[in-house]
Amino acid sequence: MSDIIRRDPRAEWIARNRLHPLHAAMQTAQTSWMGPNGIVRKNPHVVGFIGPNGLKRIDRSGAQQGGSGKRATASAVVQLPLHVIEQPAFYIAVVPDMIGGRLSSHDKDLLGLANKLAGSDGAVVAVVFGEHKETAFDTAGVDRLLQIEGELFEGYAPEQRVLALSAVESQLAPRHWLLPDSRTGGGELGRRLAAKLGERPATRVWQVAEGQCIGRAGAGREDLVRSAPRLILAAVECAEPVSDTRHEVRQVELLDQIARNLPRIEDLGAVAVDPALIPMAEAEFILSGGNGVKDWTQFHQAAAALGATEGASRVAVDDGFMPRNRQVGATGTWVTARVYMAVGISGAIQHLQGIGACDKVIAINLDPGCDMIKRADLSVIGDSAAILAALIERVTAYRQGGARDAA
Amino acid sequence: MLPDNLNIITLVSIGAHPTSGRARRAEQDARAVELGLRLAGDKLQVLHAGNPADEALRAYLGMGLSELTVLEQPSHGDALPLLNSYLKDAGAQLVLTGSQAETGEGSGMLPFLLAEQLGWPLVVGLAEVEKIENGMAQVLQALPRGQRRRLKVRLPFIACVDNAAPTARQSAFGPARRGQLQACEVAVVDDSLLVDAHFQPARPRPKRLKVIKAKTGAERMKAATAKAAGGGGQVLKDVSPQAGAEAIFKLLVEEGMLR
Repeated sequence: MSDIIRRDPRAEWIARNRLHPLHAAMQTAQTSWMGPNGIVRKNPHVVGFIGPNGLKRIDRSGAQQGGSGKRATASAVVQLPLHVIEQPAFYIAVVPDMIGGRLSSHDKDLLGLANKLAGSDGAVVAVVFGEHKETAFDTAGVDRLLQIEGELFEGYAPEQRVLALSAVESQLAPRHWLLPDSRTGGGELGRRLAAKLGERPATRVWQVAEGQCIGRAGAGREDLVRSAPRLILAAVECAEPVSDTRHEVRQVELLDQIARNLPRIEDLGAVAVDPALIPMAEAEFILSGGNGVKDWTQFHQAAAALGATEGASRVAVDDGFMPRNRQVGATGTWVTARVYMAVGISGAIQHLQGIGACDKVIAINLDPGCDMIKRADLSVIGDSAAILAALIERVTAYRQGGARDAA
Repeated sequence: MLPDNLNIITLVSIGAHPTSGRARRAEQDARAVELGLRLAGDKLQVLHAGNPADEALRAYLGMGLSELTVLEQPSHGDALPLLNSYLKDAGAQLVLTGSQAETGEGSGMLPFLLAEQLGWPLVVGLAEVEKIENGMAQVLQALPRGQRRRLKVRLPFIACVDNAAPTARQSAFGPARRGQLQACEVAVVDDSLLVDAHFQPARPRPKRLKVIKAKTGAERMKAATAKAAGGGGQVLKDVSPQAGAEAIFKLLVEEGMLR
């Protein structure tokens, strides 16, 4: 919508017609004018607007004008300034974890640190293996993106990935390598790379400033202060993520062929783990039930069919349908699931606090106005029993189809 | 499923209690010893590089070991070359370590460097050895969030265990006294790290502040009172249960939740 102010002849006509029922609303409210004696006069009664619950509100920021004034246009999204590095003096290489194909908060902190190290001359190059689903590389601070794809890098292939990273090393010769010191892959890959390149890395680094880096040592009772080496394995919250610039995510290609080796470690795939034995605080996929669940047998069936860890809201626990240690929320467990599925939970604020760290929330609920739906990424309005039954059927068909394909 | 003549070496270090700092057996190394005892029984060899007079080493002997080999070196020495030359000739099929030391640098690099120098494969986060046959081992690797992955790896290999490995058995006083600490004289190599680095007591990390970059009062008010809102979430209204289930199913597959 453009910002051109358009006349509304009908509104003008109503404003002239004192007998029209909408006449009062259409008066252009003049708040201050020059009086006859040269004094500025003000009418305090027309300042502000009537808020949604019938009370008069005054917004002195000038951002909101209720009633009168030109019709509000959707405010355009503010474009952050673009940070362009045409000829980088050096590179800072970052290998993000990309859990689920997206940048985690740890990855974003790491990119923030990389931008701090790159300053205004260097370029931050992110090395990503395989497909990704990330759309916000630009605001996360990636100047160059190097995607390495191929069958060899799928699944668990740390040795092959290290070979790819050494090819990056010989092509770009980055000033620093930054990897997240996480259990999800970054810590292992970084240490393998360090052994391969013969660099002594700084591990569990939580601060890099003025060429010095501080990292935790031993069991966490001491810090090790040293000059920043080429390879840094950084802990969470090592720096502030990039927030006020946009970066061009320019694609970079690897020029050389990546050496192949015969894999000495063969990945035989994930092993089915009993989801009930996984501690709820670290479960990846939680199916949570609340007051809206009427058929608890079916709920347990659904959890088994989906392979999800079970959770519950406070109401379900108080009513005795689920044990106390399954309660999600402020008084129960604060969960960190990647996918959280809330069945019949309206979303009390205590519950929403407990799922604050979850990535994707799916809600199944009868009430389209509840708070859980506002939080959810996907909500289905309807009877939970029918939807769960359909979901069980669909997943079972998928599993059997998969088994047939494998056989 | 395990051959009888399995030659396993576990590398152990001296740990430190997280609160008091008192010397003790290192938690993860004790788990590595436990795993080795389950696999090889009495034939497990345990190796330490450091001071053989250290009393904390006896805690490992108390787990039921008859002897423990110590490569004698001062505390500032570099353990890597000693272990490397020892393991080259030891003929081990499996070397178990913890993932990082509780004292000193604790970078967790040792198994990686050993694997690189010996040219052996390395398994990180070993949880269980399922079987060993025809020179291949089938093992379970622990992943975050309680997940497991099955790997097949060629012998000999190095594996480091973390907290997903079986809990270490208690250390008994009698066996700890009876066990033998065998000291070996070796050439000492100094560690180059402490030339330019120094230790300091760990500072508590500053809590990250929530910085609100608002220019106007209204924006600040909005940031302070905003509820957790996902924003543009997709809402499916008036659809059949099948269509709703299909949408949920698609999202679950996309996120890789259905295994």
